[in-house]
Amino acid sequence: MTIDKRVATVEAALAGVPDGATILISGFGGAGFPNVLIRGLRDRAPKDLMLVVNTATHRYSLTHELIAAGLVRKVVCSAARGHERTLSPFENLWMANKIELEMVPQGTFTERIRAGGAGIPAFYSPVGFGTELAAGKETRRFGERDYVLETAITGDLALVRADAGDRYGNLSFRYAQINFGPVMAAAARRSIAEVRAVSDEPIPHDRVQLPGVYIDQIVVAP
Amino acid sequence: MTALNRLQITWRAAQDIEDGAVVNLGLGLPVHCSDYLREDIDVVIQSENGVVGAGPLATPEAIDTDLVDASSRRITLRPGATVIDSAASFAMIRGGHIDVTILGAFEVAENGDLANWDMGVAGRAPLVGGAMDLAACAREVRVVMEHVTRQGASRLLRTCALPLTAVGCVKRVYTDLAVIDVTPKGFVVREIVDGLSGQDLQAKTGARLSFAPDCGRLSAPPISSFESPHALRGSAEKTA
Repeated sequence: MTIDKRVATVEAALAGVPDGATILISGFGGAGFPNVLIRGLRDRAPKDLMLVVNTATHRYSLTHELIAAGLVRKVVCSAARGHERTLSPFENLWMANKIELEMVPQGTFTERIRAGGAGIPAFYSPVGFGTELAAGKETRRFGERDYVLETAITGDLALVRADAGDRYGNLSFRYAQINFGPVMAAAARRSIAEVRAVSDEPIPHDRVQLPGVYIDQIVVAP
Repeated sequence: MTALNRLQITWRAAQDIEDGAVVNLGLGLPVHCSDYLREDIDVVIQSENGVVGAGPLATPEAIDTDLVDASSRRITLRPGATVIDSAASFAMIRGGHIDVTILGAFEVAENGDLANWDMGVAGRAPLVGGAMDLAACAREVRVVMEHVTRQGASRLLRTCALPLTAVGCVKRVYTDLAVIDVTPKGFVVREIVDGLSGQDLQAKTGARLSFAPDCGRLSAPPISSFESPHALRGSAEKTA
């Protein structure tokens, strides 16, 4: 068998995404948002989704379109506030108790996802101890310091954006595009990458930043 | 009285950044510290999204949309810089590899408690970002903020009223009126602006102050509020 993870269209890549799925979406600050896949997901319109995404609303991301379309049941993120003076689609639904929010410190967010992809069910972190974001969580003292038990995050699907890919699913990223891509791809049962370009030749060995082992499908979105 | 303006507060904080330090500058006011670094020092500015060695903002013709900092601003890289993924970036932060973080704050308590992520504004969803990670795990946490709120209430308190970011983490506070250390004995004033008596400063502060024996004068060179390139181009990009 020849390994070839290339898929011709976004529609084909997203076929079979079920209602109720937990979906991890990469991106930070305008870099690494898989906006073509996000829009494809909105068009496919699975319901009751749980999104694991750093920001519920970001001016360069299309995540808010999934929320505005009423497809999302819950958002796990480190930033839920909109960036406009008026409320974001997320904030409107949240105020009306129509969407659930789990607010997580960003480093805990990314480490919980990392743990999910690395076979670690939970870990102790010093972050958040003594704050309301750690309320009700198990704590333990190691040495001179108190730690909070944080559980891993896994998902049904990860959508990540990279710069270049090959038929093995290997990815390379440009600069800050990498952000949550590697941990999210590892933590989801199925991962789709959208890339600027897929090369016929494999990416040079020492330029691969994420092995194709973690990627199931790859689509070109220039 | 010669109170500092907001950019002058960041100038003063920048003067204390040690040569060779790995520094993380928080969103909002702290990021301006990078404009006033002493010329004789070399530092590594870490940004929570994984940039290790952030440089100045990109000029419009040099903008690269894949090269952004924690404030979503389009930046450049310093020589020797690299970009790592988010898990590695926060391992760097949580692992104690950041020498100094300078953060903004709503409130600081005399035991070093910090409140800077939830202003309790009704109707707006919360945003914590990397603030808790930085406050809990940087080797030293310093704060830049105005001494009192717009309503005149002290931001330096016996205990914070707003939700905490981290407990007992702040070591030094730079305000428009004073430089204040957080010590086991509470707030100790290291510098105070001209024309303000210790009694006046105490009256504007919601916790007991003591004054260092060598308490000096807090001053900064003239800086227009609009001088910073961050203030000009950063404003359009301000987002989570």
